[in-house]
Amino acid sequence: MLLDLDRRIIKELQNGLPLKKYPYRVIAGRLKISESKLMNRVEYLIKKGVIRRLGAAVRHQELGFTANAMVVWDVPDNKISRVGTTMAEFKEVTHCYQRPRQTGWPYNLFTMVHGRSREECIKIAEKIARVVGIDRYNLLFSTAELKKTSMRYFE
Amino acid sequence: MKIDQMDKNLLNLIQTNFPLSPEPYREIGEMLGLGTEEVLARLKKMIDNGLIRRLGGIFDSKMLGYCSTLCAMQVDEKRIEEVAEVVNSYPGVTHNYLREHKFNMWFTFTAPSIEELNTCIAQIKVDTGIHNILILPAQELFKIRVNFEL
Repeated sequence: MLLDLDRRIIKELQNGLPLKKYPYRVIAGRLKISESKLMNRVEYLIKKGVIRRLGAAVRHQELGFTANAMVVWDVPDNKISRVGTTMAEFKEVTHCYQRPRQTGWPYNLFTMVHGRSREECIKIAEKIARVVGIDRYNLLFSTAELKKTSMRYFE
Repeated sequence: MKIDQMDKNLLNLIQTNFPLSPEPYREIGEMLGLGTEEVLARLKKMIDNGLIRRLGGIFDSKMLGYCSTLCAMQVDEKRIEEVAEVVNSYPGVTHNYLREHKFNMWFTFTAPSIEELNTCIAQIKVDTGIHNILILPAQELFKIRVNFEL
């Protein structure tokens, strides 16, 4: 269970870490707790997996990773654990999830592939397909980013 | 927007190894051979020009008790702007991309409960008149890595 203090810490950390010499001390001051108490609690929340990591979220398009494809795969249900685990090992794959098939939508495994060009994404998908032995897949290239923000929790 | 090799090294470091210690910027500086003030100046520059979207905590929405799903919608080319305005007006929609497919609008929706999630998606259907929306919640997570090595 999250404590009320945890929620207040999360709200501070989603607003951003201050660009100050002692950033955690600044936040601890706002929460009226000691710096060491804050750091212990953050360490606990990281260990529990509530905070996946501290640090930066970057705009990858502006850093040269201009092509991104959602590669969707139709994987036999009995192979999905093995195939998903193998795909996750590719460094070009940033996300890999199993999702439900739907009427008119046969794909049940989703990977995000980021590359510096469209051709690079296609090559990566071909390489993955060979390794896992799945040939029913489709690349959905993004043509526009309509929104990208971070979720605001407890507001 | 010009960044040098030192900025790239700094970005690589703060995407994976941000220190939880009283003086994180000093520690980062020591790893890169920079003073604290210079680290802060470079970070401020990259936040101001948008290369760094956010510096802080990255959370697991499920661990915070939130529900989320990927959704895909089939939108007539002529209505994209108008439909995007409806969809993006929800704070729970954090990502929305156009993709080359019959289902061309792909967005993620995060909400404090499954009930609220379902209510909002039902409302999007009413407000846009588009009822063909794929609801694709994650059933199994094999990987999530959101750092980009430069």
